[in-house]
Amino acid sequence: MTKNIMIVGVGGQGSLLASKLLGHLLLSEGYDVKVSEVHGMSQRGGSVVTYVRFGEKVYSPIIDKGEADFIVSFEQLEAARYVEYLKKDGRIVTNTQKIDPMPVITGAASYPEHLIEKIQTLGIAVDAMDCLSLAEKAGSSKAVNIVLMGRLSKYFDIPAEKWQKAITECVPAKFAELNQKAFLFGRGEA
Amino acid sequence: MRQLMLGNQALARGLYEAGCSVVSSYPGTPSTEVTEEAAKYDAIYCEWAPNEKVAMEVAFGASLAGKRSFCGMKHVGLNVAADPLFTCSYTGVNAGMVICVADDAGMHSSQNEQDSRHHAIASKIPMLEPADSGEAYAFAKKAFALSEEFDTPVIIKMCTRVAHSQSIVEEGTRVVPDPIPYEKNIAKYVMMPGNAIRRHPIVEERTRKLVQFAESCEFNRIEMGSAELGIITSSTSYQYVKEVFGERASILKLGMVNPLPERLILDFAAKVEKLVIVEELDPIIENHCKQLGLTVTGKDVLPMEGEYSQNLIAERLGVQIPAYRKLNETMPNRPPVMCAGCPHRGLFYILSKNQCTVLGDIGCYTLGAVAPLNAMEMTLCMGASISSVHGFNKALGAESEGRTVAVIGDSTFMHSGMTGLANIAYNQSNSTVIILDNSITGMTGHQQNPTTGYNIKGDPAGKIDLESLCRSMGFARVAVVDPYDLDACDRVLKEELAACEPSVIISRRPCALLKYVKHNPPLTVKEEKCVGCKSCMKLGCPAISIKDKKAAIDNTLCVGCGVCQQLCKFDALQPGEVQK
Repeated sequence: MTKNIMIVGVGGQGSLLASKLLGHLLLSEGYDVKVSEVHGMSQRGGSVVTYVRFGEKVYSPIIDKGEADFIVSFEQLEAARYVEYLKKDGRIVTNTQKIDPMPVITGAASYPEHLIEKIQTLGIAVDAMDCLSLAEKAGSSKAVNIVLMGRLSKYFDIPAEKWQKAITECVPAKFAELNQKAFLFGRGEA
Repeated sequence: MRQLMLGNQALARGLYEAGCSVVSSYPGTPSTEVTEEAAKYDAIYCEWAPNEKVAMEVAFGASLAGKRSFCGMKHVGLNVAADPLFTCSYTGVNAGMVICVADDAGMHSSQNEQDSRHHAIASKIPMLEPADSGEAYAFAKKAFALSEEFDTPVIIKMCTRVAHSQSIVEEGTRVVPDPIPYEKNIAKYVMMPGNAIRRHPIVEERTRKLVQFAESCEFNRIEMGSAELGIITSSTSYQYVKEVFGERASILKLGMVNPLPERLILDFAAKVEKLVIVEELDPIIENHCKQLGLTVTGKDVLPMEGEYSQNLIAERLGVQIPAYRKLNETMPNRPPVMCAGCPHRGLFYILSKNQCTVLGDIGCYTLGAVAPLNAMEMTLCMGASISSVHGFNKALGAESEGRTVAVIGDSTFMHSGMTGLANIAYNQSNSTVIILDNSITGMTGHQQNPTTGYNIKGDPAGKIDLESLCRSMGFARVAVVDPYDLDACDRVLKEELAACEPSVIISRRPCALLKYVKHNPPLTVKEEKCVGCKSCMKLGCPAISIKDKKAAIDNTLCVGCGVCQQLCKFDALQPGEVQK
């Protein structure tokens, strides 16, 4: 049975490293894996989506509505935007950070309020945390991606050590310690 | 070793293992990484060419000389390279020559969603279409032998979902074939009418042989499942079809999409009760089947535009899709925007303030067209800004000359802006051309170009001096401004628009995302001074917002460029303190 993880956020927030880490980890666990990324124009501060799919045999590189086991979101509005992609008993793991999109900045639209509560009223399990503060505590605001991976790891049977090994293998050596810290903060184990 | 590879990376691996020796490309999403990855192999000579036509001709020259060669480009790039493409079909090759074209159904990062298969059909060149990274690798490896066997260039067609998806690839080793000695052969390689007339029948004969090859080649395969439904498909659509139907349909999976087989399709059709064609964009396989006299379902239920997905195919073919929940909420869009500190922003602000008519071009700066700047009124294709401003001014004369400008990036200028500039110099319109020189090819992810002084590997290379180039074309007025300096931009723009001769303004500052660019600390807002006038908001900087009626700076985004500070009449925006 193919499992689906959707990573959503704002271009530039570091979702490519998160998907790289997941791909690396799941491959080493022996799964067939497909990861679909976004490059080019939409990377420039736009809404970005990365799909990670794994299982015995994976065909489609993308995740469609009603299919995601997890939505991992770097930002509240982006979590809300992709709710339709969630499977019936799927779960959202999200950063509580809010980043105003340009229509909100220019005043053409307003940022919806109480989004997490509204998602929860649909009966969806939402694991929300302030990843930005935890990333800063670990040493860099850029480590939000690894904080989120730490949180996501709690819902997998794969031991923490294997996630940590994958982090070491996927990030530059000089940032390894910082990211290991970010991972543990995300897991709530430090 | 089994590893996850991006489709483009896998294709590059295939080139390497096939002994490809020369690669020349122009970057373009979603094709760029093929050449970036190929450049990581020291055994391959790789370069960024100024444009796709040059790249293809470089690859052709290398093939002629007897070494396996490659060029890669996005779909619209193949239009630029169409001239050599159509005629190297006639000459054929010496050593194998492979061309990659990457389509962008869904237009993730493109100005149209043309279907490149038309180019393969029109130029009578075989086209392979992989469906994942494993096939991208294998097809690239085999394409060279195909090229040499049939004496033709071979096109590999990628699409965004194959190019930018990672899947598993099992690597092999590089085998370099013996170079094929170059031999003078005027009748084959000099395409003047007397020779080309004799080459055309050879091309037609080659196509007949390629059809025979397609009937039983390893690129096309049948996967028999239920005989109730037969689906002919290719590329990423194959993956969606497998996802939806699994064994509940029989599939003819085409890996070679030009020329298409005949017998194979008729035999497959005879085995199934109903035949459906699933292909993104144009009905090329479908029309071929109809010409073979088959009754098929295709574009009567499936769209001609956009990307497909498993749910789209399921719904259109009457299969239940999974249930999902919806949030009853109006969600603001999040369109891409120029980055905080983008050097283009200041210049576009000045163009907007001066109510200029701006004819634009292809690059990050196309985002100058979106609110609140709204400072671009046309974008067509690479280089069109300069040629079009000339036409615009020739049509309207003095009425438009004093307020109309072309804006074009440094890389786009090298790609196809120079010829337009030559036209202005030659046919003399009083046009103002602004070259946005951010010292890199930005949109595609920071590739070097002939103006940067570095090559694809980051080593020092030739550097074209834009000022000297423009002057040598006959432009007496060439001004350079720093787009972070709004007063200077305003002054220079007014001067050049008022001048009675054509001029070039070079707006020069490196892309804020380049690693060597040092940022200033984020600006701070003196709340007691901010009156909430929103002047700073006219820039459309993602780092500035209004919170409780006062300007607020997002410290995680602001790079301290100071452009907003120049708009604040109340000194409310102040340079941030340097952290010790």
